[in-house]
Amino acid sequence: MKKWLFVLLLAGVLACSENELQEPVFHADTNPEKLSDWGQVVSTNEQLVLARDVTPYDLNTPLFSDYAHKLRTVWLPAGTSAEYREDEVFEFPVGTVITKTFYYNVDGQQNSKQVLKTLALEGLPDNALPLQNVRLIETRILARRKDGWVALPYVWNQDQTEAILKRAGDIKRLTLVAADSETEFAYLVPDTNQCAGCHATNNTTRKIQPIGPKARHLNRDFAYSNGSENQLVRWQNVSILKDAPAPLLAGKNAVWTDERESLEARTRAYLDANCSHCHNKVGPADTSGLHLEPSDPIGPNFGICKLPIAAGTGTGGRQFGIVPGDPDQSIFSYRVESDNPAEMMPELGRALVHTEGAALIRKWIAQLEGSCGASL
Amino acid sequence: MIFRMSVIAVAGMLLVTACGKQAETEATLSEAETSVADTIRTKFLDAKPGDIIDIPEGTYFFERSLSLTVDNVTIRGAGMNETILSFKNQVAGAEGMLVTASDFTIENLAIEDTKGDALKINEGSNITIRGVRTEWTGGPKTSNGAYGMYPVQCTNVLIEDSVAIAASDAGIYVGQSKNVIVRRNRAEYNVAGIEIENTIGADVYENFATNNTGGILVFNMPNLPQPGYGTRVYNNDVFENNTKNFGHPGTPVASVPAGSGIVVNSNDQVEIFQNRIMDNKTANVIIASVYSAGFEGLQTQGDFDPYPEGIFIYGNEFSGGGNAPDGLDLKALKTLMFGLNGSLPDVLWDGFVNEEKLVDGQLVGEDRICIDNGTAGIVNVDGPNDNKNPSTDMSAHECTLAKLPAVELAGL
Repeated sequence: MKKWLFVLLLAGVLACSENELQEPVFHADTNPEKLSDWGQVVSTNEQLVLARDVTPYDLNTPLFSDYAHKLRTVWLPAGTSAEYREDEVFEFPVGTVITKTFYYNVDGQQNSKQVLKTLALEGLPDNALPLQNVRLIETRILARRKDGWVALPYVWNQDQTEAILKRAGDIKRLTLVAADSETEFAYLVPDTNQCAGCHATNNTTRKIQPIGPKARHLNRDFAYSNGSENQLVRWQNVSILKDAPAPLLAGKNAVWTDERESLEARTRAYLDANCSHCHNKVGPADTSGLHLEPSDPIGPNFGICKLPIAAGTGTGGRQFGIVPGDPDQSIFSYRVESDNPAEMMPELGRALVHTEGAALIRKWIAQLEGSCGASL
Repeated sequence: MIFRMSVIAVAGMLLVTACGKQAETEATLSEAETSVADTIRTKFLDAKPGDIIDIPEGTYFFERSLSLTVDNVTIRGAGMNETILSFKNQVAGAEGMLVTASDFTIENLAIEDTKGDALKINEGSNITIRGVRTEWTGGPKTSNGAYGMYPVQCTNVLIEDSVAIAASDAGIYVGQSKNVIVRRNRAEYNVAGIEIENTIGADVYENFATNNTGGILVFNMPNLPQPGYGTRVYNNDVFENNTKNFGHPGTPVASVPAGSGIVVNSNDQVEIFQNRIMDNKTANVIIASVYSAGFEGLQTQGDFDPYPEGIFIYGNEFSGGGNAPDGLDLKALKTLMFGLNGSLPDVLWDGFVNEEKLVDGQLVGEDRICIDNGTAGIVNVDGPNDNKNPSTDMSAHECTLAKLPAVELAGL
C-alpha cells in the first residue's frame, strides 16, 4: 500500500513534467462538460498524453474523414476484458471508454484554419501525440454504460488545452492545403443523434456500437512505446480482450493503400470501413438493397448492374451501381467522387472527396469483367 | 479498496493543482449555444418519449440536418406557412430531418430547400405526417432534393393534409412499408407527385396531383427485401401532370413520360377507381413493367416479379389526355394508330407479361389487367417487340377482379 501511495504522489509531483499519467475515469451516468474529466487523453505541455492503461490502436483500413488523422484509444476498468467476436465488434464490458481524436497537421499556428493534407502517423511510439504543428479538432467518446453505449462529441478550444462537450455538434470551416491545391470545406462535428447515424449499425435495434474494434480491422501491428506488436496479441496480453485466436486464424482486412494486396481485397476493405456500417443487411441503408460487408458476394446486391432505389441526384445520370469495366457509368464512382450532400456517399462525415479512395474504387471497377446489357 | 480510491483522488487533486493552467481555458468553446437553430436542435437531442416539440411561428435556418432517434415524440409547428425550417444554407446531411423512431408525429410546419430529402423516416411504426409542406422554393429543378416526405420501411403510416412541391424525384414517397394511408394531400411540380413503392397495403385517396411529370405512381423495384402489392388509388384528382421530366437519368422515375396520370410499374393487386383523371398528355393511366425503360438486361434477385398483375381499373372519370405523348416512340405510335389529332386511349399498357403464366396467349384469373370503366379503352403498345404490333383489343381486359380490403390504421 505504501508503495502505491509513493508512486501516485510521485506522479502528482511530476505533473506537467514530461511523463505524467492521469487516471482514466468512467462516468456511469453523467456526461462531463470537459474531456479532461474522462482522463483518457489529456492535453498538457504541448502533448496529448494517454492516461494510465489507455491503449492506442489503429485500423487496417479506416473510415475517411476529410483527411483528418485519428488517434484512437481504448480503456477498460481493471479486471475486465472484452469478449472476442469473430465477425462482429467485440463485446466490451460496462465501463469501457473508447476515444477518437481528430486532428490535422498545421504550419505554425495551432488554431490555423489552414490544415495540411499529410500522411498519417504510424503507431504512437511516445504514447503521446506531440501537439506542435497539430490542430486538434474534436475528440469523440464512446462509453459503455449499463444500458448500452453512449456517443459524445467534444470540441477542442483554440488553445488546444481542453475539449468541451458539444452535443449539438458543430461546423468548422477549414482549408485543406495540399501540395498543389487549397480547398475550403465545412468540417462536421456530428451532433449526438448523428453519431447514431453511423454507430447504430442495426437500424432495428438502434443500439449504438463501436465500429472499429473488430478483429478484421485490428489484426495488424502497432508501434507501441515499448515496441511493435500485433494489436490482437497486445490486447490479449494486457487483458483488454480474452479468447482471441492467434492473428493468423483471425479475420484481417487489407490495408487499402498496400499495393501488395489484391485490388479486390483493398477495395472490399475500403468499402467495409467506409460503407458497411450502413450498407449491411440490417443497417440504415438496407432500404437500398446494397450490402457491402466483406462476407457479401459480389453480385447484384453488391451493386453489380443494380438499379438505384432512392438515389435521387446521387445517380449522376447513371443507370447502375456498378457497370463492370466502366467507372464512368457506375453510380458508385459518381457518389464517392461527389461532395454534394444530396448525392455523396457516405452521406455524413465528409465534405471533401477522398481522391485516393475514389481512385481505388475506379481502378477496381475498371478491371471487372462483364456488362449490364442495357443502356438509356 | 476504499483507501486506494482515496489515494488516487488525492493524487488526482495534485495533478489538477499542478496543472492549474488547464482548468482556465475552456471559456473559448463553452459559450452557451444561443442561436435559435441550435435551441431547436437541442430539443431534438434531449427529446424524451412523450415529448411535444413545439416550434413557434417563424423561419429557422439550418446548416446541418436535424435528426430524431427517440420514440413517441411529436414535432409541431404553428402551420405549414407559419413555421418554416429552411435548409437553403445546408452544408451537411443527406436530408433536412431524419427520423429513426416509432410513434412519431410531425405536423403543421414546412421544410424547405433541403440539399437532399426533406423528411426521411427510416424504419418506424405508427408514423403520422399531417399538415406538413415540403418544398423547393425555386420551382422544379433537377438540382432539388429527391424526396419531400419519405417514410421507408415503416408500418402504419398516415400522411394527410400535406403539400409536396418540386421534389426532383417524388413529393410523397412511401417505400418498403406496410399499412399506409395517404389522403387529402396536394402534390405539385414534382417528378412523381405521390409514389408508393414496394409497399404492402396502401390506400391513396382524396389527393390532388397536378403539374407533376407523373401524378400518382405505384412501383416495385428489384433487389429489395419486400415486393409490394395491394394498393388502392381512389377518389383522387389527377390532372395535367405534364411537367417535363426533370428527374435524374438513372433514377426509376426518370423513365416516367411527362403527361402520366397514374402509373403502375411492376406492382401487383392495384385498384384504381373513382378518380378524376384528366388531360395527362401521354396517358391518364399507364401500366408497365420495369423492362419498359431499357432495363432488359437487368440482373435482379431471382424472385423479383417484374410484371404488373392483378390491376383493376373501374369507375374513374376520364377526360382529355393521351393527345401529346412524351417520347418519339409513343408519338409515332399515336400518330400511326390514331392520327395527328387523335389521342391514345385512357389506359396505356407496355404489354410485358410473364409468358409462363399465359393461357392461350392471355393472362387469366387474378393476374389480369381488368378495365370496367365505361368507354375507357386500352392500348397495348407491344413493348416486348419494339412496338411492332400495338393493339387496342379490349376483349382480354373486359373483366372484374375481387376488390381489395381497405387499409385500417389502428390507433392513428
